[in-house]
Amino acid sequence: MSTFLQQLINGISLGAIYSLIALGYTMVYGVLKLINFAHGDVYMVGAFMGFYLANGLGARGAQMLGMSGDGIVARGLLGGGAMEPSLITALVVMLLAMAICAAIGVIIERFAYRPVRKYSRLTALITAIGVSLLLENGGQVVFGAEPKFFPELFSKRNIDLVGGASINSADIIVLVIAIVLMIALQLIVYRTKTGRAMRAVSFNLQSAKLMGINTDRIIAFTFALGSALAAAAGVLVAIRIPRIDPLMGILVGLKAFVAAVLGGIGNIPGAMLGGLLIGITETMVVGYLSPTYKDAVAFAILILILLFRPSGLLGTVAQEKV
Amino acid sequence: MLTLDNVSVNYGAIEALTGISLHVEQGEVVTLIGANGAGKTTTLRTITGLLEPRSGKITFEGENIGGKPTHKLVAQGISMSPEGRGVFANLTVWENLQMGAYLSRNKLQIAADMERAFKMFPRLKERESQKAGTLSGGEQQMLAMGRALMSNPRLLLLDEPSLGLAPLVVHTIFQAIDEIKSKGTTILLVEQNAHAALGHSDRAYVLETGRIVMEGPSKDLANDPRIKEAYLGE
Repeated sequence: MSTFLQQLINGISLGAIYSLIALGYTMVYGVLKLINFAHGDVYMVGAFMGFYLANGLGARGAQMLGMSGDGIVARGLLGGGAMEPSLITALVVMLLAMAICAAIGVIIERFAYRPVRKYSRLTALITAIGVSLLLENGGQVVFGAEPKFFPELFSKRNIDLVGGASINSADIIVLVIAIVLMIALQLIVYRTKTGRAMRAVSFNLQSAKLMGINTDRIIAFTFALGSALAAAAGVLVAIRIPRIDPLMGILVGLKAFVAAVLGGIGNIPGAMLGGLLIGITETMVVGYLSPTYKDAVAFAILILILLFRPSGLLGTVAQEKV
Repeated sequence: MLTLDNVSVNYGAIEALTGISLHVEQGEVVTLIGANGAGKTTTLRTITGLLEPRSGKITFEGENIGGKPTHKLVAQGISMSPEGRGVFANLTVWENLQMGAYLSRNKLQIAADMERAFKMFPRLKERESQKAGTLSGGEQQMLAMGRALMSNPRLLLLDEPSLGLAPLVVHTIFQAIDEIKSKGTTILLVEQNAHAALGHSDRAYVLETGRIVMEGPSKDLANDPRIKEAYLGE
């Protein structure tokens, strides 16, 4: 029972992060019918932006984790030392990383995807893989290939729960922030005029144009939103597990993509649900079977969905109209 | 108000429109009739900027609008109810109408326009909070027209508004067209239902395989033996 509870807690915390990334896949798919394979790498860039910002803002380096070098070197960048490590620092770091990645997302859309939009969807897909490789390898050049250790932004402690399980305070914070971000997204998509325009664009691009919507701007906005959420996920992951490296986005990105497909690609609540399910399944497998299968779970799920429910849990079957 | 001068449009290597010229004057209802594949929808899509002409000139209120993006043309006063209605099935009727007023910031104006749409099509009021995808074909057409009017266009383009609808609903739609005209909105109407289109318009053009083959006052065309034989089935 305590294993179950413990793994459930871990799974929800991990799953919330997959959900945040899956939302970016699903929203971009919604408006462009494009699987943005570079999305996982934007998440990586988000973690690195968080790393430099945190050090710049003067958070404690990661010496205590056995790392020296990098954290201290980067610390002075923004004239650091101004802010005490705290929850506020973590939030500021996350919000700034989100803003930077939103801009990066818009730039990627503008210069990589928009020029090929008039060609086939395969062209866009190959372009996305190209952008992904560019970010991964560019990341190794710019950030360095060796792993870095995210500074501790606030002190963590374990809180014991009934039944022998415990929860780390960082996990609670990650979960709360992820939920707040998802509620905010939900409000943007379903309660604002821009959100309504996003839904219109994702349903019928040409009709949306006829409403006077500048569809290019809505598509750019969608990239900004998705990339900001990915950046938030990057920072939140780094708060939980401080080791970050330029290839960290590959596997997590693929798993989040599976989460989006599981929920029904293009469906926003589906992406949230899919992320949670993948996270929980993964930690359960680690807890009850073997950590060896940790990374295989998501892909086993992918095969099962494609076989039995290709439209995903919440997706509707696309009707081919003549 | 609107002039097309020698406009040609291609779909890849296939020529869909071959040098068509037409004009629509302020306050008129002009109809474009012709068989399937004659280029009627292509003409409307070119006017609204969804397709780019290969050659020729399109002017709206004296300004060359060829190549202008669709959303700017909407801002300039052109609105279209597209072929197949193009309602947002995932949005409610209310949200669809709101989308039609996307460019307006004046909430009072939008509310008034919404009332006007509901007055023209009371059925939409009953369905206000329903998803548009759950509406019948006729109701979707009413929604598409109501939505197109939400931007208060000076030129309204209607693409096959009566297609696939029951006779009673077709009657409602054409009544609405008369009402829209009476309020001063200029209309360019594409129709396969030549009989009704000629009965509710001032002038007409006949399109055949991408060319205009006849034009004139609708009354005259309705009595023309060639039109009677080819389009009115008499």
